[in-house]
Amino acid sequence: MSTATSAQAPAKSGRGTLYRGNEGQWSWVIHRITGVAIFFFLLVHVLDTSLVRVSPEAYNAVLGTYKNPLMAVGEVGLVAAIVFHAFNGLRIILVDFWKGGTKHHKKMLWTVVVLSVVTVGAFAIRHLMLALGGH
Amino acid sequence: MSATVESTIAAPRTGRIDPKYTRDKTKSGNFEMLAWLFMRLSGVVLVVLIFVHLFSNLMVGDGINGLDFGFVAGKWADPFWQFWDLALLWLAMLHGTNGVRTIINDYAERDGVRFWLKMVLYAATTVIIVLGTLVIFTFEPCLVGADGMLLESSPAFCENL
Repeated sequence: MSTATSAQAPAKSGRGTLYRGNEGQWSWVIHRITGVAIFFFLLVHVLDTSLVRVSPEAYNAVLGTYKNPLMAVGEVGLVAAIVFHAFNGLRIILVDFWKGGTKHHKKMLWTVVVLSVVTVGAFAIRHLMLALGGH
Repeated sequence: MSATVESTIAAPRTGRIDPKYTRDKTKSGNFEMLAWLFMRLSGVVLVVLIFVHLFSNLMVGDGINGLDFGFVAGKWADPFWQFWDLALLWLAMLHGTNGVRTIINDYAERDGVRFWLKMVLYAATTVIIVLGTLVIFTFEPCLVGADGMLLESSPAFCENL
């Protein structure tokens, strides 16, 4: 009884529990933060795209404000949030539905991190060359 | 021993949940399970929808420099991309709304605050989904000016209509 209770209680030694402060909790925190960020971008993205129904000038004017180096870097940040949320979401599905999911969740998280870095790196090179490449 | 462990951690499956953790005394069916399942099913579909969306808009051709009214008009002249973007709009908004709903339920402890935050969320979601759906299906790519001539911003295919 006492061991079961202490395993559930907040750690007082500062070393954390199996979950707190480790891969499981940090991936959960980042999944929430990226999810909320993407949701608020989505609201704005539908509103700016809706300007095609107002007039071509209104839409082109707003899109023109996106075509500068600062926004290009912001777009890489947005894509980084989307790519991590996407790959980590697939990891969560594997943890939920695959028999070996809970056993290998840490290895899968580091796979998610590596795949995200590679994908965002490739996107960043192409996007920044287009956006900053003297058009 | 096993009885001791069960009484400590098995509450969700046995249904023996301490009353102080149940906010709503009425049964809500299996809505929460369906919402959980929807997040996984829509998530898989959204990965494909969004990756193709980003690739076709930002990675090919002139990338972001090619984006303007004519680009959108050219894309939505094709029903394939109309329905692609429609699926993207609905699934992403419902996925995002359910995610934010979960976060509100987690962090807003006062009943009134939690209720009104979710009402604001649902109102915003309804406005964005209705607006986006109307824009996709009432969009006119080949606009003409007062003189009856095609506007300069029209995509090339409008000349052949």
